[in-house]
Amino acid sequence: MVEDYLKPLEEKTLAEKLFLLKFEVDKESHLIVNAELCRECEERACLDTCPSGVYSWEEDKKEVTISYEGCLECGTCRIACGEGAIEWRNPRGGFGVSYRFG
Amino acid sequence: MNDRFDCIIVGAGPSGITAAYKLASSGLNVVVFERGGYPGAKNMFGGILYSTVLGRLIPEFWNVAPVERHVTKRRYSILSEDSEVSIGLKFNAFDTPPYNNSFTVLRARFDRWFAKKAEEAGALVITETVVDDLIMEDGRVRGVRVGREGGEVYGDVVICAEGANSLLSEKAGLKRKPEPAEMVLGVKEVISLPRGVIEDRFCLEGGQGAALEFFGEATGGVTGSGFIYTNNDTLSVGIGCPVSVLKDKRLKPNELIEGFKSHPCVKDFLRGGTIEEFSAHMIPEGGYNALPKLTTDGLILVGDCAGLVNPSLYREGSNMAMASGLLAAETVLDARDKPAFTKASLSGYMEKLEKSFVLKDLKRYRDVPHILHSTPALFKEYPDAVLTLLEGHFTVSEESKGDIHEDIKRAFKSKVSIWKFLIDAYRARRLWT
Repeated sequence: MVEDYLKPLEEKTLAEKLFLLKFEVDKESHLIVNAELCRECEERACLDTCPSGVYSWEEDKKEVTISYEGCLECGTCRIACGEGAIEWRNPRGGFGVSYRFG
Repeated sequence: MNDRFDCIIVGAGPSGITAAYKLASSGLNVVVFERGGYPGAKNMFGGILYSTVLGRLIPEFWNVAPVERHVTKRRYSILSEDSEVSIGLKFNAFDTPPYNNSFTVLRARFDRWFAKKAEEAGALVITETVVDDLIMEDGRVRGVRVGREGGEVYGDVVICAEGANSLLSEKAGLKRKPEPAEMVLGVKEVISLPRGVIEDRFCLEGGQGAALEFFGEATGGVTGSGFIYTNNDTLSVGIGCPVSVLKDKRLKPNELIEGFKSHPCVKDFLRGGTIEEFSAHMIPEGGYNALPKLTTDGLILVGDCAGLVNPSLYREGSNMAMASGLLAAETVLDARDKPAFTKASLSGYMEKLEKSFVLKDLKRYRDVPHILHSTPALFKEYPDAVLTLLEGHFTVSEESKGDIHEDIKRAFKSKVSIWKFLIDAYRARRLWT
């Protein structure tokens, strides 16, 4: 029906968008942060620049937590981090995100 | 597995597979290691493949390769918050082979097909395998260490096509970690619509395709751009923004792409669509001035890890990747009869790149990254001022045209300094000429 294609584009939250993707989740994180550097860090560029919101700041624990399961492996966090606090590795072979379109 | 090869290639993207295809076709014993479950699984780009190199390797590839549409229409837009000025181009000459060497492509499909071609030519492509390290002996690269049992693999020469995240190239000492201003983050959504709706909406027929680029408010007025490219039955929709800008302005990539998709001059292209995929990938856009060393004893860098992307409005990356893969392969073939693949015997690679469009273009556009970063007004003040001027000019009223022109001149001058505007416009010509 013509009307179906006059409706606005469907809306999806970031979590819903990530849910569309196929992730093979490894037992251990391929991303490691230096807790001490992160505690001292003033900008914490990782929190905003990561497109899938992998990093969050836990105020009560005073540490950066990593939801590596949703990592898109773009590598932006490593480049954005001014402290060199992120040890960025590729997920092990066969793990991580797989795009169907790309 | 045979643990000794003529050539080891790291990464099954366009540059690595081009090298593998050429070397295997020439009879060399080649292995390609790919970390994804299949070639293309980890790969994303905006969506247009310039195919001059591919066309030389596989003539009339468009009959067999999973390309989406050939680009016959282009449109460049400047956006303010609620307005747009654009220039649209359509060339019927681009509707016949070789289709202006421009095709929209989805990488998970294309890279997989291309890797299959290299396999048919005799290359061994091993997926789900990360190369963790280079094996160095006597100061030269002798092979790679892979994340598998018994994971030491030796070869006469290694071609590193690892992509934008250049961990191995950095470990080898050929490059430093890129600066945030040298990398652009691209975020994209693939949005499905029926073929007929796409062709109707973008005025296309058959396999024709459109490429729309948006500047200014496309990225909320910061350095960057937005795009819509037509595929067969999907659209590739996304934004690109330097990591330095994301970082300094504390922008969230998902909010940027949402802002782009909901812009009043963009949203109607996407009506009725279904979001199929969300993806992100970095692009090395440091240009010529940020190039790493491209060879050392036993090692050649190609593609994104070598920084071979034209950062101007021409937006050429995958074709340069393929060109570098081909030239690296030719260098290896030239050096085959010499005793070892030393830095000296591989130096032909640099000479070949210098003679090709790859380094000629990178040199020509070497100032582009600096112009983009030092002229933020290109993305906010100037688009706003130009659109204010045009809106005034096209507003219908009973005010005399003379008065209207005085008004809009005043409004324009209140937003930007004319001299600075003209100087910046002159400097910015290098973005596309």
